[in-house]
Amino acid sequence: MELSTWIQLMIGIPLLGFLVSLTVPERKETWLSRVAFYTAGTNLMGTLVFLVFWILEGGNDLNLKEILLFKNEHFEFLIDFFFDRVSAVYLIVGAMLTFLITFYSRYYLHREPGYKRFFNTVLFFYLGFNLTILAGNFETLFIGWEVLGLSSFLLVAFYRKNLLPSRNAIKVFSIYRIGDVGLILAMWASHHLWHANVTFLDLTDAQRVVDQQLGHSGIALFIGLMLLLAAAAKSAQFPFSSWLPRAMEGPTPSSAIFYGSLSVHLGVFLLLRTYPFWENQLLVRILIGTVGLITAVVSTTIARVQTSVKTQIGYASLTQIGIMFIEVAAGLELLALVHFAGNAFLRTYQLLVSPSVVSYLIREQFYGFVPKEKKDRSTWKNRLYLSVYVWSLKEWNLDRLIQGLVFRPLKNLGHNLDFLRYRTLLFYFIPSYAIGVYLLVEGYVLPTWLHQILPAGFAFLALMMVLKSFTERRSIRLAWTLLWMNHFWMVLAIAENENFALTEIGIYLSGVVFFGTLGWGLIHWMTQRHGDLGLYGYQGYVRQHPLVAFLFLLAVLGLIGFPISPTFIGEDLLFSHIHEDQFVLATLAALAFVMEGVAAIRIYARLFFGTVPDGTLPDLQTSIPKKLA
Amino acid sequence: MGMEQILHELKHFLPAQAPLKDFVHHNTLHAFQHLSFFQGLKQANDQFGYQGFLSLSDYRNLYREGKIKGLVLKKILEDQFGDQANAWLVKLLDESHDRLKSPKIGQFRAHWRDEYHFNLDKTIQPFLFRLLSAYLDQGISIWPFPLEAKGFLDSIRQLQAGSYSSIFKSKRVEKLLQNPDLNLEDLLEILVGDPKGYGWYLFDQQFAHPGWSGMVAILESQPESLLDSKRISLEDLILVECLLEIDALDKKFGESWIPLGHQYPHDTHHLFEIGLIEEVDLVLQCWQEAFEWSYYDEVLSGIRAVVPTPDKPKVPSFQALFCIDDRECSTRRHLEYIDPNCATYGTPGFFNVEFYFQPEYGKFHTKSCPAPVTPKFLIKETAKHKKLASDVHFNQRSHSLVRGWLSAQTLGFWSALKLVGNVLRPSSSALEVSSFQHMDPKGSLSIVYQGEEENGLQVGFKIAEMADRIESLLRSIGLVEGFSPLVYLIGHGASSINNTHYAGYDCGACCGRPGSVNARVAAFMANHPEVRVQLKARGIDIPSTTQFLGGLHDTTKDELLFYDEDILHAANQQLHRENQEKFVRVLDINSLERSRRFDTLDKNKSIGGLHDAVKKRAFSLFEPRPEYNHATNALCIVSRKSTLKGLFFDRRAFLNSYDYRKDPSGNALTKILSAAIPVCGGINLEYYFSRMDPDKLGAGTKLPHNVMGLIGVANGADGDLRTGLPYQMVEIHDPIRLLMVVEQVPELVNKVITSSPALLEWVNNTWVHLVVIDPNSGNFLRWVDGKYVTYTPLTEIEHLDHLQDKLMSTQQNLPVYLIDSF
Repeated sequence: MELSTWIQLMIGIPLLGFLVSLTVPERKETWLSRVAFYTAGTNLMGTLVFLVFWILEGGNDLNLKEILLFKNEHFEFLIDFFFDRVSAVYLIVGAMLTFLITFYSRYYLHREPGYKRFFNTVLFFYLGFNLTILAGNFETLFIGWEVLGLSSFLLVAFYRKNLLPSRNAIKVFSIYRIGDVGLILAMWASHHLWHANVTFLDLTDAQRVVDQQLGHSGIALFIGLMLLLAAAAKSAQFPFSSWLPRAMEGPTPSSAIFYGSLSVHLGVFLLLRTYPFWENQLLVRILIGTVGLITAVVSTTIARVQTSVKTQIGYASLTQIGIMFIEVAAGLELLALVHFAGNAFLRTYQLLVSPSVVSYLIREQFYGFVPKEKKDRSTWKNRLYLSVYVWSLKEWNLDRLIQGLVFRPLKNLGHNLDFLRYRTLLFYFIPSYAIGVYLLVEGYVLPTWLHQILPAGFAFLALMMVLKSFTERRSIRLAWTLLWMNHFWMVLAIAENENFALTEIGIYLSGVVFFGTLGWGLIHWMTQRHGDLGLYGYQGYVRQHPLVAFLFLLAVLGLIGFPISPTFIGEDLLFSHIHEDQFVLATLAALAFVMEGVAAIRIYARLFFGTVPDGTLPDLQTSIPKKLA
Repeated sequence: MGMEQILHELKHFLPAQAPLKDFVHHNTLHAFQHLSFFQGLKQANDQFGYQGFLSLSDYRNLYREGKIKGLVLKKILEDQFGDQANAWLVKLLDESHDRLKSPKIGQFRAHWRDEYHFNLDKTIQPFLFRLLSAYLDQGISIWPFPLEAKGFLDSIRQLQAGSYSSIFKSKRVEKLLQNPDLNLEDLLEILVGDPKGYGWYLFDQQFAHPGWSGMVAILESQPESLLDSKRISLEDLILVECLLEIDALDKKFGESWIPLGHQYPHDTHHLFEIGLIEEVDLVLQCWQEAFEWSYYDEVLSGIRAVVPTPDKPKVPSFQALFCIDDRECSTRRHLEYIDPNCATYGTPGFFNVEFYFQPEYGKFHTKSCPAPVTPKFLIKETAKHKKLASDVHFNQRSHSLVRGWLSAQTLGFWSALKLVGNVLRPSSSALEVSSFQHMDPKGSLSIVYQGEEENGLQVGFKIAEMADRIESLLRSIGLVEGFSPLVYLIGHGASSINNTHYAGYDCGACCGRPGSVNARVAAFMANHPEVRVQLKARGIDIPSTTQFLGGLHDTTKDELLFYDEDILHAANQQLHRENQEKFVRVLDINSLERSRRFDTLDKNKSIGGLHDAVKKRAFSLFEPRPEYNHATNALCIVSRKSTLKGLFFDRRAFLNSYDYRKDPSGNALTKILSAAIPVCGGINLEYYFSRMDPDKLGAGTKLPHNVMGLIGVANGADGDLRTGLPYQMVEIHDPIRLLMVVEQVPELVNKVITSSPALLEWVNNTWVHLVVIDPNSGNFLRWVDGKYVTYTPLTEIEHLDHLQDKLMSTQQNLPVYLIDSF
């Protein structure tokens, strides 16, 4: 068998396992765990066999030919796979850990409400992981990247009837979304740089990379920075570190596999994968190293003051990932790979045995207690030490930094549209959109300066709608409709910018219309049953309407351009029509993209997560007697 | 209410759960015990929103499944409502009842969120918890809390003064903080304004995080629970929290916001008003009573069905004393089937010797007797080779920057191997908590007093003190004559891994430690020739051929270890060898019986294979249920063994041996009941409430638990500490109150109960049920409001030839059977 076809198996097995696991009924614990066990098991075996052959054949880079999803004269969307030693290490570590965790969780999660959900999500995660590490181009990698983000969200919110997991899941999702925008913009810029859909195999051709970058140092630098942004968000590097400890809300094994080991190391992977691209850019390398260094120093101080075992392991892991960033920046690929594998195993194991820490350390203390010595320090040293202690305890205010720098200003912007109501929305919308379309059609009568700022103007309006949706509390219907309309304005903006073919618009809007309508219908259905729904708190309807919750999640995903909707390709298409010098437009579109995701997932979480206020008893009360029967 | 009184009330209502290592079961709703049980539940629901009942649909399902018996339900309704019974039956079965009132707690402070649009809890709680946890931490953090101060508030003051980073930003708060005599009224005046509402406000505030507040309150009253001692008081915590609140409000609104109480006046007294029992409460009460009596009726019917047997041979083949623990109920049963000539007894597992224990190299001592007792004695261990197994993964170096880098590159790959090993093939390791490691069997103990004192404790016991304890032990169970050559004293303990609540699995009568030291110490005392002489003088003549032997039963692994076997005479050595074979068989059968509850365990195995699989649970990292501990407990029977001959209680009974004929004064009974009612009742009610309300009164699922400072667990990173039991411990528990059954002349029982206000409260307020077996008539007398009411069982129980025929048929509770053999 052709070696590269094995790669398809590495994707196919998790995909099949995931799909099968969806069909197993909730009650059949054994079946569910078996599906997961065999999926991870065969994949692990397959990986081992494949690696032996691969090494015997010389360990060359492999490329699996493309599947073309979309093509027109100036844009193509390919699925492409690539395999080298970086993939090899990530593949084997991922397969081993996933296999062990599925085995572990089979017993650990026994009788837990959500057993099925857990295994579904783990398999989905595994699929995303393999897609990401085997991806041959940015587009394919982005699919995996999105799957990882969603499965992370679902696992953090595994205990979705509780407030903190729900809130923290949104937090994690928001930061991931910032990372996503890095990747989107990197794709956008590299599209303009290469004028083609570049594969990672192309990047290994050093000469070609150098040639391309020559004379485009600005855009090459931009790509490097965006990759760093994506990698830093995914790997919880400075200044995004604060999501990691907050992600430890799910069952221990899921925290172990996600936030101790696999998921959090994917930023490192992205940098390793794109190394040829930025290895000649000193500034990017220095920045990556600096981010790594700051993270390592900051998170080691935070780890030192942690008094909860899981967050301590989380920050300790981050410290090491910071060092991996430095290693990658220094070009020490092999060292970084060894470091990754060791760290992943170490932290997984530490997290899995973390409940034992009580008896273990208490016993150690019981037999070997020495009262902590007070160190004598000079006054200023002591003052400095106390300060570092307090800052570390406050996590160097990183959480507030991101909130204050990114989300708070956007929220304030959104509040400007507070006059909008669901019932009056169309009064504003239809006339203004009509004017927009008119301007588009009759655009030639406008002065050039106006014409030039129109795209950005429309994009800004689109962004405002998203922001308003993000801050909306009174009406869920208003929030949803605004999200929906944002896409129309965005299309208008791009169409104003450049000739946007009708088929392209069709691809983009078909997903929006379909999923937007689906979501609107579901909200309507809910409104009829429960009255006007606001977004004031977490309302916990998933218990009453699990199917509606699931469908609504699909609607949300479709609307925000998750790879189940043509909008996913459409979004790429849309960006391809933004010129390389239109940074304002690109930034607005990117911001709208980030906030659209955050706002939509917030609607979903507020509607379906949390405790039902009607005082019905928690899950367990009813589920236990039933399950035992 | 004055501030003193508010603080006092707060401490009374907050959860009273000690740090994890000292976990002891207690009545979760102890604050309501002065009320009758159902009134207490009503009050707890009104005030705090605690659930004390199952849902109506759950009760109806139980009725449909036959677990609530129609006959019993009918009788309860008739007793309660007379000729209205049928109307009430309809209410119970068909009508829907709303019980949607939201609790009073939190309503006052909710105005911050609803009216001021400011989520105060979200703003300050995470940081408050982190500060508190850092202050109290017992050894997780690498940098310890940097200040040694007079208390929590004082150290915050020093942190604020001594660092460049500030904890408080508001000028006003900084000024307040500098005031050395800062008092709560000043802060509440700013926050609340209206003194009438102070109490309510503080209740709202503290019950927004009952876990941490309860922990602080407990540490204030028993600071010795922390090995690394810290000084803290609830008042300190409240002061800091109020300062943080003012700081946050100032930051948000400037210094000129209106105190909450001015806008929304609340009167603290209103929070404590007694609620009226409504129809829905009555409906739930009747269901709960019917649920309970459906089981009790079986039990009493079973006792009625026991046929008096001719007395056993005067001297049994051997005698074995076990703990009254419900987990030993089956062990004793199997032992008596395997050797019908032996005699077993149940008594609290500290064997009436109370002391602190300090193992070799131990820097501290731990209490080895029931929690309320304060011993004056210390037992020290001397052992030669005692090494602590260690595991590098808990070494804090792996968390640092440079050494962590080395760890990841080296240790990381070792972890991979360990992980594969531990997941695919679990084995015993340093991470395990093993009951046998509590004491070195080869070491020696300082049991005899040699004139040494330490920390105000007497090291060892004097002869007379020993004799007192042994005499009292033997008299309480009625073992004063007919001693066998071998008398075993068998304590118990448990083993587990990855289990933060490990202390709750060991012997409750030994304050959450294994009972090995007590068994060994008591056996030593009973063997001591001078003690024997004194005992003889007091009327207990133990023949010189009789020897006592201590042992420890590991209830998780079903293993048994004996101590000091080399003291046995040659003849007893031989007997002991024979008995040991019996014990081995008992343990196998016992593990078989236990295995029926374990859902994930494959039952298609030989008995030995099953026992191995059961053992494996003790050290499997991924096993959240190493054993089920006290789950399903429902009974406490104080009687002779012959009264219960052949009854199968499915490990649901605490059995305390007691011979009414040998205790005409009731002294022994007083001792027994004073221990059994609070201890067994406490265990029972902790299970009851953790099962009824896993969210507020239990610790919820243990899977996302995160260990905080080695003292408690929280959900995730920013959560409050969780109190109560994880639901993996209580999921199979049928939440019913404890039925105390006492075999003694009713008047004497009456005297014993009424002479102790504490016992009277338990029984009169029905936090436990009490039924007396009148030994003269054989009648059952139920204690109702201080009077006896005759109870006649309504149902009949089944008679089985072999228990095996039914045992494995279901994972659920089995009914009471009269059995002839295993």
